Amino acid sequence: MAATSSDAPVQETGLSRPELASRANERSAMRRRLMLLAPAVLIIVICGLAPLSIVLAYSWMQPAEYAGVIPQFSSDAWINLAFERDLFSDDLLPNFAYYSIYARSILMAGLTTLLALVVGFPTSYFIATRAPHRRNLWLFLITIPFWTNLLIRTFAIMLILRDEGVLNVILLKLGIIDTPLQLLFTNWAVSYGLAYAYLPLMVMPLYASMEKLDFRLVEAGYDLYASRFQVLRRVIIPLVKPGIVAGCILCFIPAIGDYVITSQLGGGKKMMLGTLIAMQFGPARNWPQGSAIALGLMIIVLIALFIYAKKVVARSNIR
Amino acid sequence: MPDASLAGGIFGPGLFAAALLIRASAPAGWNLAPSCGEIEIIYVDFIFPLLSGALSLPMMRKIFTSDKDVLSNRGQMVAGATAIEARNVVKTFGSGSEAFNALDNVSVTIRQNEFFTLLGPSGCGKTTLLRMIAGFELPTSGEIMLDGQPVAHLPPFKRQVNTVFQSYALFPHLTVAQNIAFGLEMLRRSKSEIDAQVDKMLKLVQMEPMRNRRVNQISGGQQQRVALARALAPHPKVLLLDEPLSALDLKLRKGMQIELKRLQMETGITFIFVTHDQEEALTMSDRIAVMSKGKILQIGTPTDIYERPSDRFVADFIGETNFTQAEVLERRGDEGRLRLCSGVEIVQQINSHAGIGDKVTLAIRPERIELAPQDETCQFAGTVQNVVYFGTDTTYHLDIQGGGQMTVRLQNRWGHQSVLQAGDDVGLRVAPEAMQVLKD
Repeated sequence: MAATSSDAPVQETGLSRPELASRANERSAMRRRLMLLAPAVLIIVICGLAPLSIVLAYSWMQPAEYAGVIPQFSSDAWINLAFERDLFSDDLLPNFAYYSIYARSILMAGLTTLLALVVGFPTSYFIATRAPHRRNLWLFLITIPFWTNLLIRTFAIMLILRDEGVLNVILLKLGIIDTPLQLLFTNWAVSYGLAYAYLPLMVMPLYASMEKLDFRLVEAGYDLYASRFQVLRRVIIPLVKPGIVAGCILCFIPAIGDYVITSQLGGGKKMMLGTLIAMQFGPARNWPQGSAIALGLMIIVLIALFIYAKKVVARSNIR
Repeated sequence: MPDASLAGGIFGPGLFAAALLIRASAPAGWNLAPSCGEIEIIYVDFIFPLLSGALSLPMMRKIFTSDKDVLSNRGQMVAGATAIEARNVVKTFGSGSEAFNALDNVSVTIRQNEFFTLLGPSGCGKTTLLRMIAGFELPTSGEIMLDGQPVAHLPPFKRQVNTVFQSYALFPHLTVAQNIAFGLEMLRRSKSEIDAQVDKMLKLVQMEPMRNRRVNQISGGQQQRVALARALAPHPKVLLLDEPLSALDLKLRKGMQIELKRLQMETGITFIFVTHDQEEALTMSDRIAVMSKGKILQIGTPTDIYERPSDRFVADFIGETNFTQAEVLERRGDEGRLRLCSGVEIVQQINSHAGIGDKVTLAIRPERIELAPQDETCQFAGTVQNVVYFGTDTTYHLDIQGGGQMTVRLQNRWGHQSVLQAGDDVGLRVAPEAMQVLKD
């Protein structure tokens, strides 16, 4: 770094040696930062932005007869998100089939998030209250399912839930039921599978904010006549709220667009956004439609994230 | 309020049962509006139970918190009556060979309206005792009585006792006023009562202009005041203070010492104050309990503790003390004739069981010694080792004839005009009441 400064023409610029040296320092630091950033930028462009622009382009084109697209402008795919054309009169009618898919996806993702929160909150509270050297072990245990292949995990859940599955057999043998319960291919099965898959995404941010929680505040709450429930509601939850929101977002976003779990555990009977997109690219051979749905989903998620980020920034400014 | 919670309590579970019934009796492909798929099933499956759960909440809360009504009747203050009593309290941490007694058979009675201080070095058990009174620790054995009622096994939120924490533990998500209102809200006081009490407390600790600030937007000294106001707002029977001044700088601390004493007088609440700072204890307390290694060594007024320490630890921990050995020559009841190390014989009160021929330890405060020319009115004789000027007073370190050293502190009432220098011989005159025979 010092070598570059000695090359600089000292007299002409009228700057002193230290000033020149610091400028050269800044330049080389900048170069170093760019070099370090380069691989990440490259990957984002090649694997992220480029495919995304292709998807964006496809969504404004016409579907070819046997998959693929015809490079001709059309806004049909986007209009179809909300309306369907009447076969005879060409009028735009509300696309109820899609509405129900949206509603079901949102409900299922919401239920998944709620389930993960209900399970994840006590879990992360438990971990955060362990001795510091034990916490990492517990966190590792939570993430173990995460390292297993998603498909295998989903099949494992199917083995438990299906009519001749572990659960039904046990219940039958115990004489609690006499005909197998329909457990698989229900909404509960889907949300159970989703919640199981995304639980670590809920536990991690929750744990991160709970670890920072000052438990003396909990004591202060008890001291000021708050019962356990009131301490939870008035002290703990407000303080770990950023973690709750982050966990819910991290859980909700992948859940709303999930394909593997919803198609396997839902049996494909109940169309969800993920299965709908897959269907457009597969049997329906309507790539523009699939692209438009995928992008629409992404836009909504981004807007939600943006609002959240702004809120968090605003709050951190107050503090 | 009770009507609403009751309605929710009946309606919520009812709704849930209805949802279950509908779900159970519905045929497999049950569908109300085919155009919307199976959204209805989702409603029955998820929305109904959730809604009913939410509606049941007030009822649940009522059930959980019903026992707190006991707290709303405030006890009348009777001066001199017992506020808190600890009876043979033992607290053992750990087990097996690692077990140690944080509190070792501690008994103490604290009167109403009293400013009572638990004084001792760190690890002496004073904070454990305080946390036990607050309800954060269970005694291994023994009982805590609050207003004559055993409370040792009640959780903290069922005791009319509030704590000012060492770290203040103010709620960072609430404003100053909301922090102060917290306890009152938990006690389900009416809105108007809470507002009035919060205003009163803000005024009491002179924090009115800060009421809508967040607690991390105010200084440490102000946080201290808010913590005090928050703990005083529910008007507890006893206020516990866990080294609340230790985080403040010297000047603020002095101010708060006076402030605390004023608050205690104005509110008439019993204060139990924990500190390791002997000066703090002496200036504020009505009575002090000196603790060491889980035991209470002496309980008394500041004067008692300072001038008549019963124990070598107490004498040493509080202020500066000279210790000197003496031999018991004669005993008559409480009195005894002692021979000092200088050979001088004196008659003294003796509280211990020391018999004839036994050695006892005498404690003498440095400021109670007079320096004089060596003659027969002096109890000790010594040589000046060095002279240290302190401004308000001058300290002389002396080698005593017959063994040992002593420190003498003389006030500079007429300015520093010592004629004594290192190496000078001098006599020490001590009044009999300034000498205290220790128990050990």
